[in-house]
Amino acid sequence: MSVQIQSLTRRAPNASRKMLDGVSLTIEDGAFVALVGPSGAGKTTLLRTIAGLDGPYEGTVLVDGQVLAGRPMRERRIGFVFQNYALFRHMTVARNISFGLDVLPRGERPDRGAIAARVAELLELIQLPTLGGAYPDQLSGGQRQRVALARALATKPGLLLLDEPFGALDPIVRRQIRRWLRGLHDQLGLTTVLVTHDHDEALEVADRLVVMQNGRIVQEAAAETLDAAPATPFVMEFLGEALEFAGRVAHGRFLPDDPNVLSFAVGAGDGPATAYLRPHEARLVAGGGAARAIPLTGGQGGLRRLAVALGTREVEILVLPERLGQAGTEGLGLDIGRARLFRDGAPLAGAPPVVTGQELPRVTVG
Amino acid sequence: MGGPSRRGNAVLVAATYLTVLAVLVLPVLLVMVEALRTGIMAAWRSLLDPDALSAIRLTLVVTLVATLVNTAGGIMAAWLVTKYRFRGRGALVALIELPISVSPVIAGLVWLLLFGRQGWWGDWLDRHNIQIAFATPGILLATLFVTFPYVARTLMPFMEQQGREAEEAAFLLGAGFWRTLWRVTLPDARWALLSGILLTTARGIGEFGAVSVVSGHIPGLTETMPLHIETLYNGYQTVAAFTMAALLALIAMATVLLRSFLEHDFRKASS
Repeated sequence: MSVQIQSLTRRAPNASRKMLDGVSLTIEDGAFVALVGPSGAGKTTLLRTIAGLDGPYEGTVLVDGQVLAGRPMRERRIGFVFQNYALFRHMTVARNISFGLDVLPRGERPDRGAIAARVAELLELIQLPTLGGAYPDQLSGGQRQRVALARALATKPGLLLLDEPFGALDPIVRRQIRRWLRGLHDQLGLTTVLVTHDHDEALEVADRLVVMQNGRIVQEAAAETLDAAPATPFVMEFLGEALEFAGRVAHGRFLPDDPNVLSFAVGAGDGPATAYLRPHEARLVAGGGAARAIPLTGGQGGLRRLAVALGTREVEILVLPERLGQAGTEGLGLDIGRARLFRDGAPLAGAPPVVTGQELPRVTVG
Repeated sequence: MGGPSRRGNAVLVAATYLTVLAVLVLPVLLVMVEALRTGIMAAWRSLLDPDALSAIRLTLVVTLVATLVNTAGGIMAAWLVTKYRFRGRGALVALIELPISVSPVIAGLVWLLLFGRQGWWGDWLDRHNIQIAFATPGILLATLFVTFPYVARTLMPFMEQQGREAEEAAFLLGAGFWRTLWRVTLPDARWALLSGILLTTARGIGEFGAVSVVSGHIPGLTETMPLHIETLYNGYQTVAAFTMAALLALIAMATVLLRSFLEHDFRKASS
């Protein structure tokens, strides 16, 4: 099922603050989209609005080209999974799962046998075939999560909405459930919208990311595009650790304010600019300046962490272990040739295309 | 190190038991002893007196109706106050608790002021031949007022902690308002609800002050059990008075026991 949202605005109750501010978004049929952003960005509000929860809004929300407001829930074909699962504590797992079928009007309700068969099928799907008689309190977090999913899937929705579904799980279970969910999405041909504040999670599971900030969509793109061409410094910083270098563009080159950072060629007009890059994209060049490098403990993805003392500040970069030899030597310069350039919060046209086929392994820094 | 404080604890525990014994258990025991002083048959016969039977019947009817009405009203009030944020919510919460802090006599007087012969609507009621004060409807109104807070008050903390999510989940799965209330919210809150219903019942059966004002004390007609006890006692019918009192005490104790039993069960279920 597809979702079209046009200039959606919602205000907080008893306040003029906008929780959503002119949001427009199209989600294609079969897509797996993650809404990401810091808390308070409006992700959950957007998800709840699509589901038809909460009060009035301005703008249009169409699901499969139709307005949902006023139509009975069972016709909407939306499955929703809450952050804290919201299972019915006084019902068994089986009764939880069959709830959406049990409350159908008599004419549409499958008979008991069919409901029991559907529950068995879903229990199989969530890999808990023996737990139909258990109560939610007796389950682990990961099991509850899967029961909540089965409950949402019982009525065969076309659109699955998930609000921070992995928030309360430990990292290993989290990763397993994430993969399993992605498999389920593909297997059942769902359209899935997932809210998360964890960009790693979004990058791993979703086809497209929608980055939100202050009730607006900042950027909507595939994961690689977001990393290669972030629309704002915020997106750059939200998606991982980023180093920031102020400077200016003059005569086709970016000239960092710090003399120990090397300049590089750009195709942009003269004026002030700020460069952002990931710690693993920076490189040390012998004889390029007066910086010193000090090895730090720790690293990421096989890379080692170095502290680089520039003129007025210190930055941390990630390098291949064989380059650790540079540590301790003096007279180093920092090459930031792979940085994204911004001017006044917008990407600078003509900034060099980001190198593809990177020689370094791609690391996402948490 | 632990010696003196342990001894202190023991003294405290003993003092508590003694106090409970003296203040709570002893009176009830004395009532029983007094009721049975001339033998169990005499006590039994006193209960079969027509005025006594009438008092028991009136009490049961009034309590039943008051409990039913206040259970429905209490559920709605608790639900509204805990699941929604609206203007005047705080005032509504305070109003729900008002009957607990207001003297029951005042509650009774208010109904007299409204429905009594000299009251605001007295003339109109008189002309239409409707009897509220000094009749069963008045007693019912007074009991309703006094027992209103109990279901709402026991449900409110539970519903607050319940949150909205389970109800929203039910709504998204296609359940309407009543079905959600009936199949999701109330079954989950069943122990709190039962506890509130029992409290309402106990309070309704025992209510004296408010009922006393609006009842008019007509034996065999507008006397509830507590009022009848007073009439009997003032008429030096000691055995009958204490037998009725013992019956009332037994009902009250059964309610309290059932309630603490339920609460124990509830705590076990929620831990």
